[in-house]
Parts: sequence; structure tokens; C-alpha cells
Amino acid sequence: MADVKYTRDHEWIRLDGDVGVVGITTYAQSQLGDVVYVELPAIGRRLEKGEEAAVVESVKAASEVYSPVGGEVVAVNDALEAAPALVNEDAEGKGWFLKLKVADPKQLDALMNAEEYQRYVETIA
Amino acid sequence: MNRQARPAEFGAPIPADTFTGNRALDIEEALIFEVGRPEVTGVDLDTPAGFSPRLGSLERKSAIGLPGLSEPEAVRHYVRLSRKNYGIDTGMFPLGSCTMKHNPRLNERMARLPGFADIHPLQPLSTVPGALALLAELGRWLRELTGTAAVALSPKAGAHGELCGLMAIKAALAARSDARSIVLVPESAHGTNPASAALLGYRVETVPARSDGTVDPVEVEKHVSAEVAALMLTNPNTCGLFERDVHAIAAAVHRAGAFFYADGANFNAIAGKARPGDLGIDAMHLNLHKTFSTPHGGGGPGSGPVVFSAALAPFVPVPYLVSEAGGLRYVEHASQAEPGAGPFGRLTAFHGQMGMFVRAMSYMLAHGGDGMRQASEDAVLNANYVRAGLQDLISLPFGERPCMHEVLFDDRWLEGCGITTLDFAKAMIDEGYHPMTVYFPLVVHGAMLIEPTESESKASLDLFIATLRDLAMAAKRGDRARFVNAPRHAPRRRLDETRAARQPVLRWVQKSEVRSRKSESTDL
Amino acid sequence: MRYLPLTSEDRTEMLSRIGVRHIDDLFADVPAATLRSPELPPGKSELEVERTLAQMAARNVPAGSVAFFVGCGAYRHHVPASVDHLIQRSEFLTSYTPYQPEIAQGTLQALFEFQTQVAMLTGMEVANASMYDGSTAAAEAVLMAHRITKRRKAVLAGNLHPHYRAAVETVSAMAADAIVALPPHPDGAAERFQIDAETSCVVVQFPDFYGHLPDLRAIAEQAHAAGALLVAVVTEIVSLGLLVSPGECGADIVAAEGQSLGNPLSFGGPYVGLFATRQKFVRQMPGRLAGGTVDADGRRAFVLTLSAREQHIRREKATSNICTSAGLCALAFSIHLSLLGEAGLKRLAHLNHARAVELADKLAAVPGIAVLNGHFFNEFTIRVPGNAAGTVEALAKRGVLGGVPVSRLEPQRPELTELMVVAATETSTAADCSAYAAALQEVLR
Repeated sequence: MADVKYTRDHEWIRLDGDVGVVGITTYAQSQLGDVVYVELPAIGRRLEKGEEAAVVESVKAASEVYSPVGGEVVAVNDALEAAPALVNEDAEGKGWFLKLKVADPKQLDALMNAEEYQRYVETIA
Repeated sequence: MNRQARPAEFGAPIPADTFTGNRALDIEEALIFEVGRPEVTGVDLDTPAGFSPRLGSLERKSAIGLPGLSEPEAVRHYVRLSRKNYGIDTGMFPLGSCTMKHNPRLNERMARLPGFADIHPLQPLSTVPGALALLAELGRWLRELTGTAAVALSPKAGAHGELCGLMAIKAALAARSDARSIVLVPESAHGTNPASAALLGYRVETVPARSDGTVDPVEVEKHVSAEVAALMLTNPNTCGLFERDVHAIAAAVHRAGAFFYADGANFNAIAGKARPGDLGIDAMHLNLHKTFSTPHGGGGPGSGPVVFSAALAPFVPVPYLVSEAGGLRYVEHASQAEPGAGPFGRLTAFHGQMGMFVRAMSYMLAHGGDGMRQASEDAVLNANYVRAGLQDLISLPFGERPCMHEVLFDDRWLEGCGITTLDFAKAMIDEGYHPMTVYFPLVVHGAMLIEPTESESKASLDLFIATLRDLAMAAKRGDRARFVNAPRHAPRRRLDETRAARQPVLRWVQKSEVRSRKSESTDL
Repeated sequence: MRYLPLTSEDRTEMLSRIGVRHIDDLFADVPAATLRSPELPPGKSELEVERTLAQMAARNVPAGSVAFFVGCGAYRHHVPASVDHLIQRSEFLTSYTPYQPEIAQGTLQALFEFQTQVAMLTGMEVANASMYDGSTAAAEAVLMAHRITKRRKAVLAGNLHPHYRAAVETVSAMAADAIVALPPHPDGAAERFQIDAETSCVVVQFPDFYGHLPDLRAIAEQAHAAGALLVAVVTEIVSLGLLVSPGECGADIVAAEGQSLGNPLSFGGPYVGLFATRQKFVRQMPGRLAGGTVDADGRRAFVLTLSAREQHIRREKATSNICTSAGLCALAFSIHLSLLGEAGLKRLAHLNHARAVELADKLAAVPGIAVLNGHFFNEFTIRVPGNAAGTVEALAKRGVLGGVPVSRLEPQRPELTELMVVAATETSTAADCSAYAAALQEVLR
């Protein structure tokens, strides 16, 4: 099982070969409340690290989701259109947002691992 | 952060123990599509005599599906619906920044005078001199109250007025070949401010507040530059506090060649008491449906005239009245503008919200200059009286200092109670009050913004304060059931807003028409 | 003062409770030099206010007092007595935007019904809870088309109402979007649109400003073939009681004016913008939306939904900056339409068309007058010999408000100075039409 890395904006990325699966963390969904809609990017879109990749909407809020690394969007999670609740139920599994062909895998080194992210969440919660 | 988009899981459902599901005067009412029929009508009309239509091949062949009701059925339907609503006439409506003051009924009678209600915007101007006179008089009062040089009456609501003000600023900058790209907005700004700026292609930069909730002119100084077109400021601000450094802020903005836009939503604190023009503003929209008592109508219509300084006066959009030797002239097209004027365009068809102008004029004539001042003083007095009555129990984010026409509390006092601002608001409904504004402004956590307005008597305020004290003490005691189950007595209990957003049902659909539309459920 | 309940005793007691001496202590943050009383007259009693405003109103010529034929985007229809009575119920008149749905089911259910009526009438799948008016709805429709297609050029049909064209142009110029506004063609010949890969939408009025009935189907096909959208604008909503709906013709967005139903002329406002589109575009639609759901007891209820599109949540990324819209005017529209029902609306539309046909024939018989329209609903254009503006003034002196000279809305087009647009509704009688023809004949002699 590949290592998962985390950003300070509560995105996660799991690298599988040169494709990274991206979503928001369990902590992030708990802060948002019931997710009602996810606006996903078009396939083929090129994203820079830190660029707005998606928007996740709850009833009373909308949050930008930023790309943890640079890359090209090769897949998006179509299941989220009919079942946005997946983000609440399984944010770090079935609630994934998109898959990126990662341009530079070394960009993941700058991100936090699971333990570091957990400590980070404790400081802000 | 409000996350309760689903009804509370506590508390058993309250059973409907009647045959109809009605509870005496609280009557369940179906949709017109369920009670009406396409062949029924509540309007008697002649049948046209034989004639040949001239519609080409464009006559409608399919049914529309619209239901009809006889007059008694229609009256009952809408009367029953009305009884499920809370209005200013029902009780205190302490929504911060909305100014839910009494809507005088004289205003309604005046707006319905045939000479105002039954005139067409494009009938010859020679047949409506009284309408132009009203526009002129309204403009005169608004300019005098705000200490400004010019007014645009056409914007249809506050947000439309913001657009108008920013467009005038953009036009003024273009006229001196100084296109700029940034608009500054305080953290506490209403959402329409950045939305309006973004619509015009500006990048929005936020100016942080000081710890006392006001804007620091030093911060403004740091943020202004030759790239900044305008600062948008609400004064008093959305925390209910007067921006006391407004002169320094205006000076900093002007020194950078930028313009000072004021959001006039909170004008009720100072109308008749101080003039924003004297505080250095270049443009300000007024909300006739707030400060000037025109009714909110369940979401409109509003009216958002904009007043301008001399610097922006040349760019006022058409249509407008200009004073000339022969009297008043109405400019409806840029080609008719007087020398030196460069209107930036036209925002809307016709002239503006005339029906609201008449109502606002009726309000202002009734108050006069002195009455406007007294109303503002009473508004500020009432808000401070509420503050004084609650501040020992409910936390003030910026300390026990005087507020203006509204008082802002936050939710620190609820820490550890297991009750949110939202729960508290819903419990107020059971007590017979419309809740105050909640979760705005965003600069404090769990905001509660209370604006009583000048329309509340002392007795009304005393009861309100006593009620909130009782609720606050119950919350601190941990009496959760009273809050998380609330409201228990309203026509409906808490709604499943998550479902409404995940499976949007935005119209009624004939059962036989149900198609397999994604994320749509008709089993309502 | 009758609207201020506090007495001076109250004020004294309250100041003391607050802990200040004088009311101005509460205004301490306002620069002292700027505290001043306005130079405005003292307050008036109800009697005096009535006298003042009634005198102003009396100087105007109300439509009901003359033979009246003025349209161009605002139409005089008979509003049943119960409509005005119902919208003045306190709980409708003095309620707020329904942000607390438990105590706003009246407003929310009425909006849900309104949205459904608008969708049905326009032949579209979904409609919002109203915009300010038809012209700003058209401007917002163009911005929405840009968002959907990711293109930023709109093509405006030549016979779009000049005020609507100006509203779209003003917003687009400020947002640095491109507009191609075709020149007017009052004779009603079919327009040729240039729709390319940069065009987001074509905006066509139906019936158009001069009263003609363009072929929306053909325009929709042309637009779609180029990947663009058709925005249909309707200024006389009663026309859809008789005419094929824009939805059936392939429109993607309908921006319409609802004033004709439930709302008086009122010198141009407040009116009500109707906005409808396809289900797949719903997230790009501006304005509020009332949606159905259930409450904690499982009972049907209505609530504002899909709010994440709006300014109070998305702020600078919102679909629009709109906040307050046209609530009470939308309610008036909905009540009037509920009273009419399908049968009543059809009959109303028939009456309008019949009266306009009768008027067109009577005016065509006046020597020197040409009616430009072969087809129309309740509005058409005539050419007078000489200056139409002068003719309209002369008619007014004879107790006939005969229409709008095109030059009033197109002052820079000398070729249009002989044209005027004439409307007839169910409120015009046969005698009014005869009086018009007679007065016109006299004026032209």
C-alpha cells in the first residue's frame, strides 16, 4: 500500500506508479459537514502545485481544494456526482476526487506523512 | 461553523393527532398544482369575437400544465400560506444589518395613487411632470442626508447599487487613463462587496481588522497602491461599530488616487445625524428597503440608489435628472448628456424602482429632518440597551464598549454547553421571535448580530432581553433538549437541508412525467 | 412621532441603564465636527404627507384615464382585486428573505410554486426565484452563457429592446466581454447571425421590440451547431399563453419580464425578472432557488437551496452578486397566474391578440399610416408621415397615449424617427381603438 502524503490545506495524495490519487482528509470533511456537491476539473487539465483543482460544497460553505503537486488530470471520481456523501463516509478511500499524472514525484517529499499531519491537526483543532 | 444541515437526532417526532394533520389555526396547505386544475379560472374574461389570428405558424400547440383556482380557493390558499410566515408586523425581527423597522401603511396607500401606480415609464414626459418632480425631490433629500453632489436612482437593490458605484469608479479611472486592478475589502464585508468587485474583473484583497473590530488606517496605508481602484467600507461596520478612523482611511485612499466606496446598509445608525459625504466617501449605495422602511416583501423588491461625490458625479449612469436654466431635464441616453458629463452606461430598463421611491418619500416626509435624526438616535439607543441587558451573560467579541445600531455577540460563552449559535437561534423561534442574524460577519466565531431598530418600544425590548437571558441561562445549565430540538412549535421543525442540496427538487413535476433525472426525487 | 414608540422618560431610563449621560455619548466615535442636523423640512402628519404626494401624483396622466396603447417592455393589464389584497397581508409584505425556513414556509412554498409556473410557461426545466427585472435578467443570462461555454462574446439580435441591449452592453463593457449588437430591422426580415467558435450566446427577443415573431427554432439550431447557446428574451409574458414557448424552440436560457401579471406599470418599477434554464445548467444559474425537502417529522417543506452558488457563501466566486430580488412582485405574478390558470391565460392572450389585430386594421385604414407587421402578438410598429415623436405628443393632447416613438429609445438613428410601437391589451376597448384612429387621422391632416 503506497504511502499517503498530506498538505496543510487538508488534501491527501497517494502515489501509485506515476499516478497520484488526490482527495480531502477525514478531518477536512468533518469540518465541512455534509458534502452536497463536488466540482471536479476536466480530464486533461494541467495543474500546478497549489493551484485550485476542485471545489467542495456543503450546505452552508464552499471550499477550494488545491493540487498537492503539479500534474495532468487523468481521471475524476464520477461516483461523487450521484453520491457526494462518499466524501463524508470515506474521505480517504472511496471519496477520492481526482487522479493526476504527477510531473515531478519529488514534490511529494515536501508534504507531511500521516504522523506529521496528525500532529498538525492537533495543533489547529 | 454551522454544520447542522440535518434535523437534530434527539427528541421523538411530535405526532399529528388530527385527521387533517392540521393544528387548529395552523393549517396544512397543498401546492396549487395539487388543488388547482387547468380548466378552472378565477378570472372572468370575454371570449374574443371571431377574428383571424396573425401569429404565423407560432401558435402554441401543447398544454402548459398551469393550474387554475377560483377566487375563494386562491384567497384561502395564499392566506393559509401567509400564516406560516413571520413578519415585522408579527413581532420583533432583530436581524443585524437588515434594519427590519416598521413599514408604515401610509407608504402603501401613497404608492397606489393612480398618478404613481398607473403611469407608464415610456409615456410622454410631458404627461408625467409629477413623476419627475418626485424623482427630483427624492434625489434632493438623499443628497442632503448624505452630503453628496449627485445621485443615481436606477439601481434595483443594494447589490445593484454596489455595481453602479464600482462602475462609476471604473469609468472615472478610465477617463484619466489610469486603469487599476484591485479593490480592497475589509474582512468583515458583506459577500455582495467582493462579488460585485469580481464581476467587474477586479482582484479582491482583504484588509484585516484590528482586535477591536475596526479597520486600521495603518493597514489601509499598507494595502493601497497605484493598483488599487477603490476601498469598499461599511460604516458603521458589520460588527456594529463606527469606523472612527474614517477620515484617516479616506485620506489614505485618496492619496493613492483611489476612490472610497461606502456600503450604506448600516446608514440607519447615522441618517439625519451625520453625513457620509463629510466623512470622505466618493460613492455610497442606500438601501431604501432598510433605512427608508420600504417593505422587504419576503425577498424584495428593494431599491439601491447611489449617491456620489463631485469627483464621480460626471459618470452617473443614465437615466438621471439635470437642473438647467429652463428647469429639470431628464437624460435618458448618453447622447443627451450635458457638457462635461460622461455617463458610464445604463444599468437597467426604464427609471428605477418608482414604487419604492414613493414609499421612501412618504417615510421621509413623515419624519422630516428632525424625525430622521430621532429615529437614528433611538436605533442606537435600543441596540445599546439590548447590549447592556445581555453583556454579562453573552460574550461580546470586542469588549463592553458602545455599539451603534446593532450589537454583535459571539459564541465563546457557549463553550462546553454542547449548544451552537444555530441551536440558540432556533430556540428563539419557539419563544415567538425571529432569530437575529447568525454566522455573519465571518470575523467572529458563531456570530449573533442583533439590530432592534427604532421601532421597538421599551416594553418590547425588556421582554426580548428577559427572554434571551432565560435562554442563555438554560444553555449554560446544559438544558440541551430545549435547543437541539428547537423549533418545536413552528409550522415546521428543522429541515433536512442536506437532502435539499444533494437531491434538488426545484419544481413540481406531474407524476406521469417522472423521468429518470439524475439526483431528482419527486416523492415529496 | 407616530412611528417612534420611545418616550422621553423611556430614553432617560435607558441611557441610565446603559451608563451614559447623553445620547451623543453613544456617537462618540463619529467625528464631532460632522454631527449636524440636515437641512430638511420638519416631519408631516399623515394628512399632510397625503396632501403633498397626492398633489404630485395629480400632475400625472394615469393610463386608466385615457385611451392607452403604450408597451415596449411594460404592459397595462387588469390585475384582479384579490392579488393586491393578498400581497398586502402583513406576513407577506413585512417578512424577510426566508433564511429561517421553519417560520417562512409561506414565502418558500409560494416561491416553489412560482418557479414551477415560470418553468412551465417558458417551456424550460428549471427556474429561479426571480431577478430584478427582464433587462438585468438578460444581462445575467449573458454572463451565465459565458461561464457555461467558457467563451466571452455575445451576439445581440437587432430587435432586442434598446434598454435591454444597453444593460447588457454596460455590464459586458465593464467586465471586458465582447458584444456584437446587430442593427435594428423594424421591417422584421429574418436576421443573419454570425455565430463562430468565440460566440457564447445569441440573444433574441420574442416577440421582438417591434412586435415581430422571430423563428427561434432556426436560430437555436444555428447557435447549437456552433457550440453556442440561445438566450431568449420575453418582455410580454402573456404572449406565452398563445405562442410556442422558447423552451420548445430550443432556447437554453430564458430571461423574461413578468410585470404583465400581478404588477402595475408604476413608472418602470418594481418589476420581476423571470429566469429559466436547462436542468444541466442549474449550478451556473444566478439568484435564489427554493427547493423541496422534509423536516424532522418527515413532513414536506421548502428551503432555499444550492446556496453555495451565491454571494453570501462564494463571495468573489459567486455566480452573481444578487441578494434581494423581487419577492413580493414574484408573489403577485404567481397569485395572478394561479387565478388565471391555463384556461384563463389562454383566453387573456387571445383577447390581447384580438384587440391588437382590430387596432392594427383600424390604424392601417388611416391615410398615410403603414403597419409594418404581418405577424405580431399584442404589439406592432407603424410608420407615420413625418415625426413619430411629434405625432405622439399631438395624440396625447387629444386624450390618446398612442404608443412609443422609437426615437425615444434610439435617439441616434434618424432612419427610425417615423416609427412608433403600439400595444393593445385587454384593457383597451373597441371604442378606444376607434378613438385612436380618429385622433390619428385628425393629427395627420
